[in-house]
Amino acid sequence: MTELTDAVDAEPDETVDARGAACPGPLMDLIGRIRGVDSGTVVALLSDNDQSLTDVPEWIEEAGNELLGVEQREDHYAFYVEKA
Amino acid sequence: MTEHVVIVGGGTGGTVLANDLADRLGPELEAGDVRVTLVNDDPDHVYKPVWLYVPFGQREPEDGRRPLSELVDDAVDLRVDRVTALDTDAQRLQYRDGSPESYDYLVLATGSTLAPDRIPGLAEGGHDYYSESGATALREELLSFTEGHLVLSVIGTPHMCPAAPLEFVFMADDWFRERGLREDVEITYTYPIQRVHGNPHIAEWARPLMDDRDIAVETFFNAETVDPEARTVSSMEGTDLEYDLLVGIPPHAGVDLVAEAGLGDDGWVDVDKHTLEAEGAEHVYALGDTAATGVPNAGSVAHYQAGVVGQRLASELRGRPATATYDGKTLCFIETGMDAASFVEFDYENPPSPAPPSQKLHWSKLAYNESYWLTARGLL
Ligand SMILES: Cc1cc2nc3c(=O)[nH]c(=O)nc-3n(C[C@H](O)[C@H](O)[C@H](O)COP(=O)(O)OP(=O)(O)OC[C@H]3O[C@@H](n4cnc5c(N)ncnc54)[C@H](O)[C@@H]3O)c2cc1C
Repeated sequence: MTELTDAVDAEPDETVDARGAACPGPLMDLIGRIRGVDSGTVVALLSDNDQSLTDVPEWIEEAGNELLGVEQREDHYAFYVEKA
Repeated sequence: MTEHVVIVGGGTGGTVLANDLADRLGPELEAGDVRVTLVNDDPDHVYKPVWLYVPFGQREPEDGRRPLSELVDDAVDLRVDRVTALDTDAQRLQYRDGSPESYDYLVLATGSTLAPDRIPGLAEGGHDYYSESGATALREELLSFTEGHLVLSVIGTPHMCPAAPLEFVFMADDWFRERGLREDVEITYTYPIQRVHGNPHIAEWARPLMDDRDIAVETFFNAETVDPEARTVSSMEGTDLEYDLLVGIPPHAGVDLVAEAGLGDDGWVDVDKHTLEAEGAEHVYALGDTAATGVPNAGSVAHYQAGVVGQRLASELRGRPATATYDGKTLCFIETGMDAASFVEFDYENPPSPAPPSQKLHWSKLAYNESYWLTARGLL
């Protein structure tokens, strides 16, 4: 399980709002967006699915991107990802 | 005043709904109080599940086509045309030649389109069985394929029929075995996330079957480029796979119309997953593949959703509150070889539990395919 960070010190260039989507929807939405952006772009993924806490970091590591942090917000998580 | 219902898309969902309304609203249609228009951009209705069998020489593409005019009740106005623009504030749409049409209720049943161009090289280097032309071209390739590496790559989700990629590799395994070629053919299945299927229960069931049958698996594989010359497919995760025959499930999209009308991203309509009402506009429903509910893009889903939308529309047209809701029900036969299949049934609350594969279930799937035309007519 991923450590949650208080606040991430980065402005996302793009945000993917996958709140309400069942697994693996949030991860697939993130992959879809990362596919189309340039390297160095910071994408924020919003998900309220607990499964994302394992799925998303696992994929980010596998794909060699960087997880800048995971914020716990009121009713969802925000994953900050920088494309390698 | 006549209330006008326009259904865009005459695939599984739109056709079942048109016939459902013709049945439910018979008196109102006869009295001219209600008019139902079904518009589809092809004079034929296409039953896509037939395409799975085409590459193996078991079905012809024509088996999946029938004129819509034979399937749709005469009480419905059938229009062969394409809807090119939509204004949900004015409750108006536009046909290809620019002529307008106004509606009181609109149902979007525009299905999925394939977007192979999103992956450089895929259109040139890959094959598919997710289109009529793709299935026919793949048949030619498979018939002359006697040795080498067959890679089936699921490129992105959502895609139509999440079971169909598993079915293809199970059928290919069996087909090559029956022909005495399996030892010379290597089969690899790739999937974008960390398991072999989006649904964990189906993934858990399928994985051991794949291992038993020597179907190699690459998970966390999101194809990024295909090099048709070198015959390699490379993933975002940095894996390169060499192939002799690449079968790709291409990225899917909805229709531009939906995105342009502000109803949802990438052509999928954002809906309330129980009522199927569009979130971005009044008097608009979406069903089948085009409705973003999170359930699989499957004909059975489109069929159940059509029943729900039919009931809701009939209530609304009669001035009563609409109470019917969709519970996520999905049914699916999964071919596990050339003469065995499994079956799953699930909904928003209850996860799937795949049935042990049997010949009886395989025949049930074929029987369903044959009787599909009765479903489209609204009889089953
Ligand atoms: C190989 C394969 C195997 C499958 N196997 C199964 C299976 O075993 N079981 C199962 O349940 N499902 C299966 N499916 C999935 C199933 O075919 C689809 O989910 C189903 O067809 C969706 O129905 P629909 O009504 O949403 O869309 P469709 O049936 O795709 O119909 C959409 C229609 O809208 C028309 N259209 C689109 N835009 C416009 C426009 N602007 N104007 C006018 N018309 C328009 C299209 O031309 C099309 O006729 C399979 C699919 C494939 C590809």
